[in-house]
Amino acid sequence: MWTLSGGSYSAVLMVEKQYNMPDARGRFGPYGGAYVPETLVPVLDEITKAYKAVRRDKAFQQEFKHLLETYVGRPSPLTFATRLSEQFGRKIWLKREDLNHTGAHKINNALGQVLLAKRLGKKRIIAETGAGQHGVATATACALLGLECHVYMGAEDMRRQQPNVYRMRLLGAECIRVDAGTATLKDAINEALRDWVTNVEDTHYIIGSALGPHPYPMMVRDFQSVIGKEARKQILKSEGVLPDLIVACVGGGSNAIGIFHPFIKDKDVRLVGVEAGGRGSDLGDHAARFEGGRLGVFQGTSSWVLQNEDGQITGTHSVSAGLDYASIGPEHAWLRDLGRAEYMSCRDDQAIAGLHLVAEKEGIIPALESAHAFGALPELVESVPEGGVIIVNVSGRGDKDVAEVARYEGVQL
Amino acid sequence: MSNKENRIKKTFKALHKENKKAFIAYIGAGDPHLDATVEMVCAMAEQGVDIIELGVPFSDPMADGKANQAAAERGLASGTTLRGVLEAVRRIRERCQIPILFFTYLNPILAYGAEQFAQDAVEAGVDGLLPLDLPPEEDPTFLKVMKQAGLATVHLAAPNSTVDRRQTLAKRSRGFLYYVCRLGVTGERTSLPEDLAEQVASLKTSASIPVCIGFGISTPEQAALAASAGDGVIVGSHLVNIIAENGSNPDLVTLVANRAGELAAAVHGV
Repeated sequence: MWTLSGGSYSAVLMVEKQYNMPDARGRFGPYGGAYVPETLVPVLDEITKAYKAVRRDKAFQQEFKHLLETYVGRPSPLTFATRLSEQFGRKIWLKREDLNHTGAHKINNALGQVLLAKRLGKKRIIAETGAGQHGVATATACALLGLECHVYMGAEDMRRQQPNVYRMRLLGAECIRVDAGTATLKDAINEALRDWVTNVEDTHYIIGSALGPHPYPMMVRDFQSVIGKEARKQILKSEGVLPDLIVACVGGGSNAIGIFHPFIKDKDVRLVGVEAGGRGSDLGDHAARFEGGRLGVFQGTSSWVLQNEDGQITGTHSVSAGLDYASIGPEHAWLRDLGRAEYMSCRDDQAIAGLHLVAEKEGIIPALESAHAFGALPELVESVPEGGVIIVNVSGRGDKDVAEVARYEGVQL
Repeated sequence: MSNKENRIKKTFKALHKENKKAFIAYIGAGDPHLDATVEMVCAMAEQGVDIIELGVPFSDPMADGKANQAAAERGLASGTTLRGVLEAVRRIRERCQIPILFFTYLNPILAYGAEQFAQDAVEAGVDGLLPLDLPPEEDPTFLKVMKQAGLATVHLAAPNSTVDRRQTLAKRSRGFLYYVCRLGVTGERTSLPEDLAEQVASLKTSASIPVCIGFGISTPEQAALAASAGDGVIVGSHLVNIIAENGSNPDLVTLVANRAGELAAAVHGV
């Protein structure tokens, strides 16, 4: 019953007809769904209904667009990476989500969901955060739109991302430390879910990635797809052609699905997601779900999950807190089955090398998450013809990671 | 085929005859170790507990409060696996026939293999399961596999479940319907919700099976009060906390069984 459907036959069907996922029950093939305690069923139904309504609501979409333009600073530029292009012999363009207000793509989804929460009449917002970027984005959106905000964060992540913890506090949000389990993102999500089932009447939970129960993977994707829509227009304007390749890092996968989604029907554009290869291939040493995981149900959704033979979720490791998660957004699993997107992994050391490369060649310090996309570049360019066009999604900026990089390299600041 | 479901049915039938409500005790399997689990279940059965819920330890118990989270951690630390819990049930069955349900998250069962699990569970003497993160419409195939093997799948209804939803849950639940009497996670609370009787009465209009009440019930007084509203009462975290405090106490089994006995007596006295 848990067989993977898909393969190339349905890939052709799905992509040539119309890619219109998820289905009414929130499924992407065998993935997705809403595996939640019964208390959350009514509220997920309510969110699904409200979200369907705002999707078509001009006033809502205008307000969202207005905030993206005048507050976030969209459209984010598509920057030609001159020196990287020289080095690799391909035209490399950077989608600059690092230039968004709050420094990452996370603000797109946070604003969309806070607007939705206001429509739902909710007074209180909760969120989880790994790298802290989603927490900061949510705290920011709540400050802007006047809602109370509580952010759950694993103790280990708080240590790694001190500046973001304080930023959330400055923005008037409460950052709640989670010591349970591995004290990272998955444990923060568990705590947020516990808060939500308790306070479901007045609280909206803003999940930060294309994860969790339906309708979150769809909703987060839609709010993030502004990245790909802009990139598509921008590259056509600058190069006159669609890119040969788009590369993005994948934790839960929101920046990746955001840039991939508007290109899904462009069959000749290769979409590559880069997972965290961590420090090795043993279970617990990485977050490469497609390499070390298998099908499971975790935190509300069915997807590839890093787990032991007894179905216990295993710890993960990545130098980047934002990729340090045991499961992957269900739509990525489906795109992979369809053969429409490919996934690979990049180790900690390769990501750090990627960060140095972009910093020194382009004057951009990417977030450690985004650095994984650059870490994969030397291998990926080989498959692109010389002179071909590549877009790398710079999902966030690396200011928050400066201390962590120094620590990784044994440098005392 | 459904003789296992009958162990639950039989229990409710016998209680009904005597005009008594059911007392259901929850403990985390393998906390502090599976040998103790076996002893506690048998001792609780002797003290008048009607049905046992065994928590299958899971690394990420998102619907559980601190007490059950800690119990799951202790269970995993003592090396407890789903396979091990099934083996413990086999040992229990050599000694007593109290109905046993697994209170579980879905993933450990999927990892074991749903069909294999259903077969092994029935063979071991498990009567049913309460999948915490599986709303009934989410995986009909899974539920069918459980049913065909003869396992009763108990569904949970919540205070915010709509009228339609309550009817669906009541119709699909087997053995009994579990009413989660408050929003939130498992754990002890000092009082019962004021609208409990009203809520349960509304559920009972759509349920042809017994409605049992759980989440946050700790004392014999609360248990008796809840029992007067429904067909049975579930106490979990309170017993789990006793285990937490007495993990290495040689009297652990007696302490837990005696407290469960007091709660059972309070429920049976209603």
